[in-house]
Amino acid sequence: MRNVSPWREPVPPGGTMGEPRARGRFGEYGGRYAPESLVEACREVDEAFREAWAEPGFRGSLARLLAVHAGRPTPLTPALRLSEALGVRLYLKREDLTHTGSHKINNVLGQALLAVRMGRRRLIAETGAGQHGVATATAAALLGLEATVFMGERDIERQALNVFRMRMLGAEVVPVTAGSRTLKDATSEAMRHWVGATGDSHYCIGSVVGPDPYPWMVREFQRVIGEEARGQCAAELRTGVPDYVVACVGGGSNAAGTFAGFADTPARLVGVEAEGGAGAARGRLGVMHGCRSLFLQDGDGQITQAHSIAAGLDYPGVGPEHAHLRDLGRARYVTVTDDEAVGAAVRLARTEGIVPALESAHALAWVIRAAGGGDLPAGSTVLMTLSGRGDKDVSTLKELL
Amino acid sequence: MTNSALGPALHPAPAAGAGAVERRLRARRDTGRGLLMPYVTGGITPGWTDYLRAFAAAGADAIEVGLPFSDPTLDGVTIQQAGDTALARGASTRRILADLSGMPALGVPLVASTYYNLVLHEGPEAFCAALRRAGVGGLIVPDLPVHEADELEGAAAAAGIELSLLASPATPQPRLAEISRRSRGFVYAVSLMGTTGERTALAASAAELTERIRRVTDRPVLLGFGISTPDQAREARRHADGVVVGAAVMRRVLDGAGPDDLRAFLTTLRQALDQECDRPR
Ligand SMILES: Cc1ncc(COP(=O)(O)O)c(C=O)c1O
Repeated sequence: MRNVSPWREPVPPGGTMGEPRARGRFGEYGGRYAPESLVEACREVDEAFREAWAEPGFRGSLARLLAVHAGRPTPLTPALRLSEALGVRLYLKREDLTHTGSHKINNVLGQALLAVRMGRRRLIAETGAGQHGVATATAAALLGLEATVFMGERDIERQALNVFRMRMLGAEVVPVTAGSRTLKDATSEAMRHWVGATGDSHYCIGSVVGPDPYPWMVREFQRVIGEEARGQCAAELRTGVPDYVVACVGGGSNAAGTFAGFADTPARLVGVEAEGGAGAARGRLGVMHGCRSLFLQDGDGQITQAHSIAAGLDYPGVGPEHAHLRDLGRARYVTVTDDEAVGAAVRLARTEGIVPALESAHALAWVIRAAGGGDLPAGSTVLMTLSGRGDKDVSTLKELL
Repeated sequence: MTNSALGPALHPAPAAGAGAVERRLRARRDTGRGLLMPYVTGGITPGWTDYLRAFAAAGADAIEVGLPFSDPTLDGVTIQQAGDTALARGASTRRILADLSGMPALGVPLVASTYYNLVLHEGPEAFCAALRRAGVGGLIVPDLPVHEADELEGAAAAAGIELSLLASPATPQPRLAEISRRSRGFVYAVSLMGTTGERTALAASAAELTERIRRVTDRPVLLGFGISTPDQAREARRHADGVVVGAAVMRRVLDGAGPDDLRAFLTTLRQALDQECDRPR
């Protein structure tokens, strides 16, 4: 683990996770670096989102879908036995209990409603762990849309259960054979496909990445995690606000949604990346998939392949707002290894009766290490977003355990 | 300008300060010649610069040299494969530019094309200066739309590199005017809503787009994406000043075609463009 930026408080100006500045900027990051053929489509999404988000009617429809279909609000679970062992007070925001099993559904329902509003008849998506693909297939079925999901061949192998679920839900799953055959390549392929399909299809990006307005829009659709948790913490904690707010970071959507609920409080924000996919902790300034952000690159400027046991963290970049929060010192980004994540998954299963997604297990692995190493002072209150459940990972785990 | 048939209103003298690439393309266009800009992925084979000589011998008016990037989101499979092949051979911006520097002058303007990450990696100033030192005159960056271009525009102008912007069938007219105004060298008209790659016919959107660009500029307009055959080049020439031919070249290179084969192929395109030049546009 590396502490990349100084640990600073109180909240710096610009670190409260409001609207991006002009031209979709979070500090120097973000923007709309899309091929000209997609610029107009991005503008249309931006316009539609701004309009919809300002309308109580749209927000109401989304809130209702989140309640009656996705099962929100999700509980805040005190992890009692683990807390006792670690000497901190750990609370889990249970996104694993949403319908389809991860936070991805929050964003997808928002974008799917938007797509309907824009008169689109099909959703295009990329997926790594398959959770975003499953959520997209689900929302499409629910709202009578078609769904085409791009997925790297390597991920198709390791997340076979989710591939079956998507097909069962009526989605077309397109294997991507280019490059590392993981999330990065699936995203490139989805963008290529969108260029030829802007007329009738909406590109439903699964994280806080991509050209403006996606990083902002996806964070707004995920904000529900942080807002619910804020209210739940206010009711549950003596201090009202936890000392630490922790979430795993692939592209960074569950973290952004969680952080958004606490960015204006003194809570310390910690994003946990996979050792082999640490865009925020180790990336360099670059442009990929439509935005200016931090990406892992070699000495020639080629994007390098990420490697993580968690398919959803196997991405060499990070959302632009996280890059900005890092620069501001508002959030800190740390890394954990595959082994630590697997160990944390097992520990949560045995102490709390919860099998987490390997992505979410990364966040827990940091909590465990930090509590042991004094990075988390004894008695601290910690809110951790448990972004998804582990069903999809059982075959990966079976081979290891 | 020698050909006055269309009158000065449509083809005024090039704006003062037009760069070498633009001056060359305008001069040729104004003689009635259809412009041909073939593409090659830099570093694709050990002797890849021989392709440049073959292109020049076949009558290329400019040559586009691709600097391969790991994640080419606007390229179809052929140019993706070409890029992967070159990268697997160890190609990099630095090595490709070194190869170009070591070549005797071709007498044909070179235009580099790449994704913005490679530009940012060096920094726009250093990147453009390196292009200049290697004898490259122009630059195309397909993932850098006009509203994000300021940073590179300044660096390019300072280094004497002509940054050509892309226009697409989806571009609204006022934006097309801005692209045409800020583009240097030529305007790159993307013929269709899709990625690079061979197609069986010229897209219908090509004619409409070039027509819309012509309404706002007299800068040379090159049509690219999908143009693969002499017939398509001939048809494209009816609308635009010329064509960019990429995937059709690179598919042949990937299939093992050497410089002489490519020279023969491009000669058929050259002839098609020359035949078309007598016809009214
Ligand atoms: C359960 C789970 N958590 C986290 C992630 C990482 O995505 P993000 O960083 O956008 O939350 C994924 C992505 O697939 C996921 O499935």
